[in-house]
Amino acid sequence: MVARQIGDHEINFEHRQSAHCESGVTANLLHHYGVEMSEALAFGIGSGLFFGYIPFIKINNLPLTTFRISTGGIFNRTMKRLGVSVETKRFRNRRQAMKALDQKIMENIPTGCQTGGFWLPYFPAAYRFHFNMHNLVVYGKQKDNYMISDPIFSDPVLCQEKDLEKARFAKGALAPKGRMYWLSNVPKKIDFKVPVQEGIQEVCNTMTKTPVPILGVTGIRFLAKRMLKWPHKLGHEKAALYLGQVIRMQEEIGTGGAGFRFIFGAFLQEASEILDKPALFDISKEMTETGDLWREFAVVGAKHCKGRLSAEETYPEMSKILLECAGREEDIFKKLMKI
Amino acid sequence: MKKSEVPQDGGMAGNMREIAYAVDENGHYVKVESLGWEPKIVALKQAWGVISQEVEDILEKIKAGKLSPLAFHMAKNQMSLGLLSDYMEIAKWRVKRHMKPKIFNRLKPDVIEKYASVFGITAKELKTIPNQVAQELYKDNITKNK
Repeated sequence: MVARQIGDHEINFEHRQSAHCESGVTANLLHHYGVEMSEALAFGIGSGLFFGYIPFIKINNLPLTTFRISTGGIFNRTMKRLGVSVETKRFRNRRQAMKALDQKIMENIPTGCQTGGFWLPYFPAAYRFHFNMHNLVVYGKQKDNYMISDPIFSDPVLCQEKDLEKARFAKGALAPKGRMYWLSNVPKKIDFKVPVQEGIQEVCNTMTKTPVPILGVTGIRFLAKRMLKWPHKLGHEKAALYLGQVIRMQEEIGTGGAGFRFIFGAFLQEASEILDKPALFDISKEMTETGDLWREFAVVGAKHCKGRLSAEETYPEMSKILLECAGREEDIFKKLMKI
Repeated sequence: MKKSEVPQDGGMAGNMREIAYAVDENGHYVKVESLGWEPKIVALKQAWGVISQEVEDILEKIKAGKLSPLAFHMAKNQMSLGLLSDYMEIAKWRVKRHMKPKIFNRLKPDVIEKYASVFGITAKELKTIPNQVAQELYKDNITKNK
């Protein structure tokens, strides 16, 4: 095999820790090209907020609950709305994929990679599961180690070539297939007003107008109804697992708390300044209160999982909180639609 | 969530701090570092409990001669037959066949090597199983990787 002719190289890339990987990568890449972009703003312009309870898609035999739009959506929408050109590449050949990445680093272009989480050695073992929607930025190489800005970690990390290669070619659902992406053209001046409005508009539509009963606000109500039946239908043990899965998806690393509701609240505050609409600041407060309710939902569920609260009390109580969340969110999105 | 209420319940991931969004005294959102939150830790431990239980059940079956050691490594790496066959780039039915002790023992060295490299272990390690799994598998992983 021919030795690769790439020496050590480091791009001057500012690592900023974020709650969520995709919106963090989006914001950090834009920031590198001089665009003032916070994670919350990227999340909002990319219309990241969502809800879906999809009982017929199972992850580890448990139904899928999601609090965000599909993977890649935040990045793609934000870039499109800001008029930023993006290039994306997927690979069949592993060596080529790593070579192409080296090439980009040598060209001084920080490059985003989609990876699996299971093979990244710097991940704490407790968080290592087979999920393929992780995102990170590679900004340099030192001998066999890549310098990586992984937004969910407080500091940049090093990762050996063989491990990154394995992570870029993780298998299973939504396999990354070595996907890497970079910004090829960033406009000199960007006006945030229209992108922010579009971002808000789309969230309102997906949350209140999706004609499928398991998505959006109606999806929250659907889960509220379904969950009442869990203990009878599944037995206590399995029902508790279903419950735990919802809590994990809501609070798992990367949501910033309360299933992205708090990040979205932060976005609304920024939007209120960009659009000069104080009303948005008030709606942000309502979003925060709704987020607090979601947290309460998790508290009650966890009490049950620990055996401190009986099933008879837990499921009706949790269902009630969910219905309240649904009502409030519907209210919020109706108000937002008029802004 | 108020800034002062951001939970700092450590336990699962050492000193790793993640970002939570919370409002400060003036009602403005700020990013706050958090060590973790109890309800989330409960849910995560529950998920690990399921994995550990599965691994333990499989160990028993291996000891009883019903499954090959491959089944243990597959479960420990949280894989299904489908996922493992993806990594091996061979048909699922073949992976399933390799779960039988008799067939596994007759496997050619290159197949064994490939399995070992998928799991990131040696061929010798692939053929051995521990007597018992640690109660909390993720902790076992932490010490191993240090």
